[in-house]
Amino acid sequence: MRLANIFHLGVKELRGLARNAMLLVLVVYAFSVAIYVGSKAMPETLNRAPIAIVDEDQSAVSSRIAGAFYLPYFMPPRLIAQPEMDLRMDAGLDTFALDIPPNFQRDLLAGRSPTLQLNIDATRMSQAFTGGGYVQSIVTGEVEEFLARHRTEKRLPVELDLRARFNPELNKGWFGAINEMIEAITMLSVILTGAALIREREHGTIEHLLVMPVTAFEIMVGKLWSMGLVVLAATAFCLFVVVRGLLAVPVEGSPVLFMFGAGLDILAMTCLGLFLATVAGSMPQFALLVMMVLMPLQLLSGGVTPRENMPEIIQAIMYAAPNTHFVILAQAVLFRGAGLAMVWPQLVALVAIAGMLFAFSLQRFRRFLR
Amino acid sequence: MNHGAAAAAQVARLEGVSLSYGKTSALEAVTLDIPSGCMVGLIGPDGVGKSSLLSLIAGARTIQAGHVEVLSGDMANAAHRRGAYPRIAYMPQGLGRNLYPTLSVFDNVDFFGRLFGHQTGERERRIRELLESTGLAPFASRPVANLSGGMKQKLGLCCALIHDPDLLILDEPTTGIDPLSRRQFWQLIWRIRSSREGMSVVVATAYMEEAARFDWLVAMDGGRVLASGTPAELLERTGTVELDAAFIALLPAAKREGYRKIVIPPRPTDADGEAAIEAEHLTKRFGDFTAVDDASFRIGRGEIFGFIGSNGCGKTTTMKMLTGLLDASDGRAMLFGREVDPRHVEVRRRVGYMSQGFSLYSELTVRQNLELHARLFGLPADSIGARIDEVARQFELTGILDAWPEALPLGNRQRLSLAVAMIHAPDVLILDEPTSGVDPVARDGFWRILVDLSRRLNVTVFVSTHFMNEAERCDRIALMHAGKVLVCDTPVAIMASRGMPTLEAAFVDYLEDAATGGQPPDMAAESLAQPPGASRGGTRHLFDLRRMYAYTRRETLELLRDPIRATLATVGSLILMFVIGYGINMDVENLTFAILDHDDTAISRDYALQLSGSRFFTEKPPLAGYADMDRRMASGEIALALEIPPGFARDLARGREISVGAWIDGAMPARAETVRGYVEGMHAGWLAQKARELYGDAAAQGDFQLEVRYRYNPNVRSLDAMAPAVIPMLLLMIPSMLAVLSVVREKELGSIVNFYVTPVTRMEFLLGKQIPYVGIAMLNFLLLTAFAVFVFRVPLTGSLATLTAAAFLYVVVATAMGLFLSTFMRSQIAAIFGTVLITMIPAAQYSGMIDPVSSLQGVGAFIGQIYPATYFMAISRGVFSKALGFDDLSGAFVPLLIAIPVLIGLSAAFLRKQER
Repeated sequence: MRLANIFHLGVKELRGLARNAMLLVLVVYAFSVAIYVGSKAMPETLNRAPIAIVDEDQSAVSSRIAGAFYLPYFMPPRLIAQPEMDLRMDAGLDTFALDIPPNFQRDLLAGRSPTLQLNIDATRMSQAFTGGGYVQSIVTGEVEEFLARHRTEKRLPVELDLRARFNPELNKGWFGAINEMIEAITMLSVILTGAALIREREHGTIEHLLVMPVTAFEIMVGKLWSMGLVVLAATAFCLFVVVRGLLAVPVEGSPVLFMFGAGLDILAMTCLGLFLATVAGSMPQFALLVMMVLMPLQLLSGGVTPRENMPEIIQAIMYAAPNTHFVILAQAVLFRGAGLAMVWPQLVALVAIAGMLFAFSLQRFRRFLR
Repeated sequence: MNHGAAAAAQVARLEGVSLSYGKTSALEAVTLDIPSGCMVGLIGPDGVGKSSLLSLIAGARTIQAGHVEVLSGDMANAAHRRGAYPRIAYMPQGLGRNLYPTLSVFDNVDFFGRLFGHQTGERERRIRELLESTGLAPFASRPVANLSGGMKQKLGLCCALIHDPDLLILDEPTTGIDPLSRRQFWQLIWRIRSSREGMSVVVATAYMEEAARFDWLVAMDGGRVLASGTPAELLERTGTVELDAAFIALLPAAKREGYRKIVIPPRPTDADGEAAIEAEHLTKRFGDFTAVDDASFRIGRGEIFGFIGSNGCGKTTTMKMLTGLLDASDGRAMLFGREVDPRHVEVRRRVGYMSQGFSLYSELTVRQNLELHARLFGLPADSIGARIDEVARQFELTGILDAWPEALPLGNRQRLSLAVAMIHAPDVLILDEPTSGVDPVARDGFWRILVDLSRRLNVTVFVSTHFMNEAERCDRIALMHAGKVLVCDTPVAIMASRGMPTLEAAFVDYLEDAATGGQPPDMAAESLAQPPGASRGGTRHLFDLRRMYAYTRRETLELLRDPIRATLATVGSLILMFVIGYGINMDVENLTFAILDHDDTAISRDYALQLSGSRFFTEKPPLAGYADMDRRMASGEIALALEIPPGFARDLARGREISVGAWIDGAMPARAETVRGYVEGMHAGWLAQKARELYGDAAAQGDFQLEVRYRYNPNVRSLDAMAPAVIPMLLLMIPSMLAVLSVVREKELGSIVNFYVTPVTRMEFLLGKQIPYVGIAMLNFLLLTAFAVFVFRVPLTGSLATLTAAAFLYVVVATAMGLFLSTFMRSQIAAIFGTVLITMIPAAQYSGMIDPVSSLQGVGAFIGQIYPATYFMAISRGVFSKALGFDDLSGAFVPLLIAIPVLIGLSAAFLRKQER
């Protein structure tokens, strides 16, 4: 009898969702177009970086250097005079300014080891941080090639053989796709369940349920399984059709293991959504609360930037968030082909967090219904 | 001011007026002259176009077709409307729909006074008089949300009367109000009318007994006028003696058909036996407020028991305790001799409940609604189909089983609600105001079903109502007031005990007795008599600071009283800054690595030391072999594995080609790139050091030196670069969100009508709403800047005054963007999504936060160049990191200065002063 109630309550939710065309469009969009676009739009590290060169040498080597910067990584370099450099950097026109001193070529050939100056606008975030390395290696390469024609040199024969595993070309799109998918799972689990509850309250139907022979537990589980199932199905579609199919991201590990982890994460997140709905008084308050909760969850879970960078206290707090564990699990399983033997700690954590969130939400939900 | 209108014969003339909402036609070619200086009533069932007609006369809605002349001028003419607004007062339908629930009674009236441009002293005097004469003075500081329905309507009237209108338009002012409040409300109107000769009042009402006292009536049905004239004329024309009958006689033959008078068979006397419902000293307290105070009654099986009383007297609370929705604080609620226990679900099977307002699943069809309830009540699966057919026949739903509830007329929805409550054939029905807002014909149909259930199936019906003719049909009624049951008897006995001819009179008599402490209703209404026009502020300017300030003040008060919005507005942005500051972090530290050292010599260990000695890397235990490497990498324990080949030291000494293997975890490409950079740098450094040892100093010095200066952020701290970029993003997102919601909320909740029908201009409305949010945004700016400097320790090197001035311009732009967006949005959810789309994405991607605008291409570059965040981001970075002042940054101010008038001008152009 009780299972039947849970089933019928869930079917009612699914019917409601089927009627809400706008919400369905949002679900489909979040799991297909958004992920496809998000993955394709991940920019290369360096794209059209503006660079200026102060060429005080006007030599063969200096023009060789200036000619080595080209699209798409760099904008064609602007040749400027020394006094312009500071002004242009202050105005934010250039990210890089390379100053080639007078007599650079002469000193270079004479082995006097002359100094080039590279100014980097460090307010320019990623472009500054990664682009600096590119500029250095381009300049070094050009100078060495120039010198190679003038003299031979002694070098140590040790090579560094660098290889990236799991994503040999460091294709950001792969990472972006999986990350977008995790964000969509988190967002939809919370919003679908929470909005379903607030809708019932705003329409007064929740009271109706309470005069029927159903318990709070049955109402809550009815919402969880139905909305969870929708997100889980969307996740499966996304993984197999969009990520593996359209985007051709090679998935290493077991999809079953990943889906199992996703199920646990969805359970925890739907409980969270229900909890937020009991706190918020109305739909707009819920929307604002969701923003305040989702943004930290997504930015600090380790999906966007590595967890190692964050202060330890934040790392510790974020261990309580389900999607921290889910991000670790998803990366390990999907990219590194990790098996159950490696990700069981994450599964245990997810079970524990989902269990606690469920118990807590049920208690809140019961009080909310009083 | 011209008062020719008062002398004219007609206050309003309509000619061929039609109105439709999409495909639904609300008014069809209505032609009507409304006489001036008298009390005019619009009568008719729900949805016949009464409200549409009134909103056209009030100028709240755009005229689609036809000609509307009010106060001797064309309402399609904006100039005439501007002159007419101060002479018209409009109170829309719905209890307190145009009031602001979080504001106090005083603040609400005060707001309307300011809109009409009263001086402070004048305004306060008028408010005091109005509140006193309506008996609201003792509640002046109470929030409107906590008022009863009757009090809300009186307050609505105060707000409408503050400017001494010539034309008062009231849309169903007494629907859902108890008889005493209703009577007091009408007494107030009569008094005001007697003191304000010449004031025209146009009222829509569903109560025929009210309409009977009006001077002139308009009967409407299906968007058309059926008849108009004095009540006596209407009665004469139809040959009837009461208006109810007259109205039905006026209906087209097809609609009249199903109607017949209700006959209630007497209740078999032997039915009294076991009690179906019993309340013993039932009490419910919320905090120190007692909602239900020691209520006791006993309802027999098969009885129709009515529950009447003023709004908020505890009827709903009592019903909820009987259904188990609420726990009693004291006393006992019993069903069939067993105490109601919320945990005991079995009792629920014997009860059907219909809550106030029809709670149906609008996303399920009629059949699915019935099916769901049948299943949840545990009806056997094979009998459900038959039961639904049976109920559908009984409640006349057969033809509409597959329709969606929201598409049905109110009367049908109400029958469906009852069918849902009856699906499991309960012995008791508890119905909370089931007929509120339903027209007389549909109400009678509903009662026929109730009578049938009681008399034929012996179902106990417990029903609350405000309609006295319904109460008269009950076997017994209980009269409740302020949580207490005053009397409980048959309607006839109650009338007899008070010696009153009608139940309504008896009811009012009881209530007036009970409310001895209350204010006597005969207040000095004379004081409302003002020399006409004297109190109208008289300001006809296109821009009036006082009216603008009215909106500013109200918005500020509302903000202060909505904790969630206020919190989001201040603390929220700090939390987000904290999160983004740490979340979007480009520094990479504490990278884990392990070494697979096949050589294990002093040289190879020296090589490894380069890494483990670096602050970027943390060494993990050495790798045991390839399998160990695979496992630890797959689990994410290490981000980098180094393999030093056998014979490394030996081959190095002999100058043979050797290569060191490095595997990076590529799962996170950004991190992998950083690791690659570090490892390459470390490798080159080690080679240089070895070369120095082997070949001496000459070789050690490179061919040339490349001196790298990280300008503006020499320590290359991610936070120093991030914080000045996050501030513009947050200052855009949150203020525009608040601004957009402030307008869209009014649209969704209905109080926007105050903007439609008062002399407020678009500019006053927009700027008035914008000011408080600019204030909040500036507070936010200061908090965020302080947070960046003192918590994130980001140095602020340039001119704070320049930054503050730019921030001010920028938040004006941000709020103006919100206002502009609000002119297109109708629902709050859509507004939230829309605001995120037009703020967060361009601010994060196209404004130079990560990639400079000059590096963008195509559409992104174009957006970046016109988007205001680009320029404030440049100023913010210039001041924070580059030690710049106004002279260096003045160029970036220009686009902000241009954006302000453009955005506000566009908002004013697109904002509609009337509803479409």
